[in-house]
Amino acid sequence: MTPVTLLGLCSAALAGLGLYGMVTHPHPLRKILAFNLFGSGVFLLFGVVARRGAAADLGGDPVLQALTITGLVVAFAATALAVALLLRFFDATGTATLAPAADHDADSGNP
Amino acid sequence: MEAAMPGSFLLPFALMTPFVGMLIAFAVGGRHARRVAFAVIPLGLALAAVVALLLARSGEPLQYALGAWAAPLGIRLRADGLAAAMMLVTALIIGATALYARPEFGARAGAPESRTAFAFWQLLLATWGALNTVLLAHDLFTLFVALELLTFSAVPLVCLDGRAETLQAALRYLLFALAGSALYLVGVPLLYGVYGTLDISLLAGRVQVESTTVVAAALMTAGLLAKTALFPLHLWLPPAHAGAPAPASTVLSALVVKGSFLVLVRLWFDVGLASGPAAQLLAALGAGAILFGNVLALRQVRLKLLVAYSTVAQIGYLFLMFPLAFGAGSTAAESATALSGGLMQVISHATAKAAMFMSAGLVYAALGHDRIAELAGVGRLMPMSIVAFVLGGISLVGLPPSGGFLAKWWLLSVMVTTGQWWWAAVMVTGGLLTACYVVMVAMRAMSAPSTPLTLKAEVPRASEAVALALAVCSVLLGFVAFLPVDFVAIGRPAVLP
Repeated sequence: MTPVTLLGLCSAALAGLGLYGMVTHPHPLRKILAFNLFGSGVFLLFGVVARRGAAADLGGDPVLQALTITGLVVAFAATALAVALLLRFFDATGTATLAPAADHDADSGNP
Repeated sequence: MEAAMPGSFLLPFALMTPFVGMLIAFAVGGRHARRVAFAVIPLGLALAAVVALLLARSGEPLQYALGAWAAPLGIRLRADGLAAAMMLVTALIIGATALYARPEFGARAGAPESRTAFAFWQLLLATWGALNTVLLAHDLFTLFVALELLTFSAVPLVCLDGRAETLQAALRYLLFALAGSALYLVGVPLLYGVYGTLDISLLAGRVQVESTTVVAAALMTAGLLAKTALFPLHLWLPPAHAGAPAPASTVLSALVVKGSFLVLVRLWFDVGLASGPAAQLLAALGAGAILFGNVLALRQVRLKLLVAYSTVAQIGYLFLMFPLAFGAGSTAAESATALSGGLMQVISHATAKAAMFMSAGLVYAALGHDRIAELAGVGRLMPMSIVAFVLGGISLVGLPPSGGFLAKWWLLSVMVTTGQWWWAAVMVTGGLLTACYVVMVAMRAMSAPSTPLTLKAEVPRASEAVALALAVCSVLLGFVAFLPVDFVAIGRPAVLP
């Protein structure tokens, strides 16, 4: 097994664990962490594909490296937005769990 | 490679205009944000109209290579008929939303500045810019970035008022959207690894059926379904769309869910990541959405939630076009008609649903509640809003000459010629259910109240007029069938089923 294959399997495992976490964990903070795990798996996959596509004197395909950097920025922004929302939600309610949707027929629920 | 067309330099301008406006609004702040929005919107609308005119006159797509770098290394923007038509619709609905929101988020003389209004105008412009990017991007990674921009600007729109329920709805929406975009992103390096390019036109000539491509296509499609809120991944949509302030619901329901759907159209129709059995599955989920969404809409007690569940159902109609376009026996002409039907559904739902959310918002503002059981007498006090709601509903049901009618007519004609009658049965059932709740709301609103009804707030006439104008548009959309050119087909590859 070459190192590239091994890293490819690692990225698949990370992405799979992350997706599993996002689906099964009820707590939003854990979901956000799982999203980051998922993202790490995907970015590792970018690296693996870049390495496989290495040509000439380059150690990796530069296009995918550029995409990874952009992707990291996007994932960072997403995490920041999610954490900010979660903090506001905690301030407003005192809990940070996404309980089953509240009763929307209640009068308090204005649009 | 198509030669550069005159006027292609307009594409980066059309893309950048909303974002530049957003940044200026952020910098000047406060009560100027609205003025900036009202300066930028006519400019963006004019750009979208000129792009559409250029396409209609030349019959050729526009494209622009950023920094003059050619694909595959460079990034290009491309406006085909689909993109140009949707850009125009987006600009019109953003403009209408801005006019509608003017009284609600306008700064009255002497009133303190509000953070909500400041945020709303920026997010409105950001959503618009993100949608333009989704429409013009011509490679899979730029589409990813565009989808993320769309999510980041749409999620805060849900929780503009900062109440706990809307924060919860926004958080739920964001988590669904993030899972969706991560799934989409997995497909990007997989396709790049096999074909060495992410440009849509270049990929279209190279994709073949083999294991990596199938995995990539399945993951990307699943991710986009979560973002589009196709049943059973729709759980985030009703609380988010019903909880947002009315102008925000309008944009979310009319435009934002269509962004990820159009990326799916690009993947299936333009790149060619399509398969017959998977198309049947998508339509089966769509049929589930139509039945489930409509039945739940009928059972809602509150008007805004009814409209939100109706969006879940209408999203289902969008997916009926896939088995028609990619069925084993579909000819290229049938595929093209199915795609036209799907896109007409996108546009007619956008206008009709915008009008319905606008009227629901006005009813809520005027009465202080939107309980359907207590709507008696509203029809007499605010006739324009109720007429707008009913006209929008007529388009959703699909009565002629509405856009909804034309969409269903096109889809139905392909269902008949390809012998897939079962989808027609679902469509007709959905139409009947939709008619039930539209008539139910109309009858309640027209009935005489037991006690005289008083409005808690004055209804802004301009906002009512905007809702009515959009509703009339959606009812008259069916006449585009008589346009001399098949606009949407401009610059699109022939569909190979």
